[in-house]
Amino acid sequence: MSGGDVVITGAEAIVKALELEKVNLIFGYPGATILPFYDALIGSSVRHVLTRHEQGAAHAASGYARASGQTGVCVATSGPGATNLITGIATAYMDSIPIVAITGQVSTEQIGKDVFQEADMTGATAPFCKHNYLVKDVKELPRIIKEAFYIASTGRPGPVVIDIPVDIQNSKLDFKYPEKIDIRGYKPNYNGHPMQIKKIVSEFSKSKNPVICAGGGVISSGASDVLMKFARKHNIPIVTTMMGKGAIPCGDNLNFGMIGSHGVYTANYALNNCDLLMLLGARVGDRAINTATKLSKKATIIHIDIDPAEIGKNLEAHIPVVGDVENVLSDLAPKMDEVHFNDWFDELSDIRIKNQKQIQIYEDFVNPRNVIEILTGFLGETSVVTTEVGQNQIWCTNNFKSKRPRDFISSGGMGTMGYGLPAAVGASFAKGIDFVVAIEGDGSFQMSMQELGTIIQEKLKVKIIIFNNNRLGMVREMQKVKNNGRYNQVFLNSNPDFVKLGEAYGIKGEIIKNDREVGAALDRMLKHDGPYILECKVNPEESTL
Amino acid sequence: MPKHTLSVLVENHPGVLSRVAGLFSRRGFNIDSLAVGVTEDLDVSRITIVVDGDDYTVEQVSKQLNKLIDIIKIKKLDDKESVKRELALIKVSANTSTRSEIMNIVEIFRAKIVDVSKSTLTIEVAGAGEKVAALEDMLKSFGIKEIVRTGAIAIERGNRIIGEVK
Repeated sequence: MSGGDVVITGAEAIVKALELEKVNLIFGYPGATILPFYDALIGSSVRHVLTRHEQGAAHAASGYARASGQTGVCVATSGPGATNLITGIATAYMDSIPIVAITGQVSTEQIGKDVFQEADMTGATAPFCKHNYLVKDVKELPRIIKEAFYIASTGRPGPVVIDIPVDIQNSKLDFKYPEKIDIRGYKPNYNGHPMQIKKIVSEFSKSKNPVICAGGGVISSGASDVLMKFARKHNIPIVTTMMGKGAIPCGDNLNFGMIGSHGVYTANYALNNCDLLMLLGARVGDRAINTATKLSKKATIIHIDIDPAEIGKNLEAHIPVVGDVENVLSDLAPKMDEVHFNDWFDELSDIRIKNQKQIQIYEDFVNPRNVIEILTGFLGETSVVTTEVGQNQIWCTNNFKSKRPRDFISSGGMGTMGYGLPAAVGASFAKGIDFVVAIEGDGSFQMSMQELGTIIQEKLKVKIIIFNNNRLGMVREMQKVKNNGRYNQVFLNSNPDFVKLGEAYGIKGEIIKNDREVGAALDRMLKHDGPYILECKVNPEESTL
Repeated sequence: MPKHTLSVLVENHPGVLSRVAGLFSRRGFNIDSLAVGVTEDLDVSRITIVVDGDDYTVEQVSKQLNKLIDIIKIKKLDDKESVKRELALIKVSANTSTRSEIMNIVEIFRAKIVDVSKSTLTIEVAGAGEKVAALEDMLKSFGIKEIVRTGAIAIERGNRIIGEVK
């Protein structure tokens, strides 16, 4: 028994449950139907961060979860507050990020009557979350909250929504927090089947050109060290998906880079020519492995994932293994034969050297690649970089060298513009992080720039780099290729002066216009004790390729 | 496309059916029929789903359904190793000259007449889908006014059961 036997209100029970789940930070936005909870929050050990939009709260919870490895929590009121969370919930769902979203709901007896600020949150979020609850009896609250945190953080992580009517928050209950959980419909399988592991051993023994593809599951499973040791021992090349960036350090010679339509040549060459592909916690998304990247036809596919539904969904696997990546690799490693793939490794290493691209230095514009490369050099292991979605995401992904898991945060599956800045807010609260740098485009920045208010109010030191080409650059690039350059609705000619905008919030900033200024400006940005906006003038013609 | 029968044990909670139905529509799976009812355990309902699709689709349906927290167990039933039944209520036009002929047909199909009026007969028929369809076909010429059909329900033959629910 934990929590003691006391009669308290539902709202107090939520706060108490959060404390018992060791949640000391939540992101949210108050409103009418969540008032009892906000009242109960006063004096508790749970710190509340007031974002400027509910979507910002969901993204911040997700950024916090990704940077810290802990479950993120966001709170909103019913109706529009709740529906504003949905993009954040869907973003977290696509990238398997553990968050718990708590929403107020209209009074139980008013549900279904279309009263003020009523929205069917469980119905609306069913496609976008791992599970959701509508609390109908205050006595159920402790069990539901316990289950929600368990479901969000175990198995394949993901968002869980708890919708709590305002009368339930005001009702009394005898509070007992359950210690055990037994959900008969939810029993994730962590250990790979021994027969399948035997088969993997034999496939590696037959293989000459194996490749390991590390996805986001390697990071959420905490399998990086085991993977590095395994690959190093047998000299097996590793490529990553975008979500797998950081699973192993980008500077390591085992890492041949990101695969896919926006990936690097060597990584895709490895996919095209391998005879064995071992996918680890990767869902074979269409941007990672598609017709353009042409996976080798002769390759034996080993697919290790904790979610059985991902195996065989987009790619048929010869050896499916359902389990946690770290557990499966730990079981596999001691059983492996003494195999080494030095010739294949050397072949790929040569290709990597031949295809190294020199970053061009511009006199009249800033080259975003150059900014990211210099930034990488300035940042240590205790930093986090977030991106938006658009050209900035590709420039950053391809040029930022991850040093450890969880130091690169970007919306992978959903591709949500407006994610990076609030995610940076959330990441700033993760323990042991000194610099959080948000890489922005001028378009995506304007989708979440209201969170500058949160940054100032919470005294965060987020460093914001805006690549400003006065365009929706990625859409423009697609219109150039797919619509023969018939550009439509991609011009942002009325952008504000971003530095002045920052000043209005009390945020220091500067603008740079060519590559000679980059190094010194980044140095000033990082040395400044506070948030900073560095606007970089980027050529509208600059592409991601 | 071949039809497959899935027997699904779910928590007897409100909203579970909408989760199942929603999953089918958003993943682009086709439901041929769906029937729900409570089981010997009042906390558990059993849904029988007939799916239209190839092996890949059925595997995906099962795996995606399994991810729903409220779903306890899924079993694909082999057509030969299970008994499958549908129920239909058919209201057919009948007058003094046609009534006895219709009753003969009903007899042959071992169906039942459950309601009668001056101008109609209402027939209850249970059986495999083909039997229900065959009776419907026979009754067409008399003028079918209305049909209500349930989805198929199915259970395995012999001593096999879908499994213990803990």
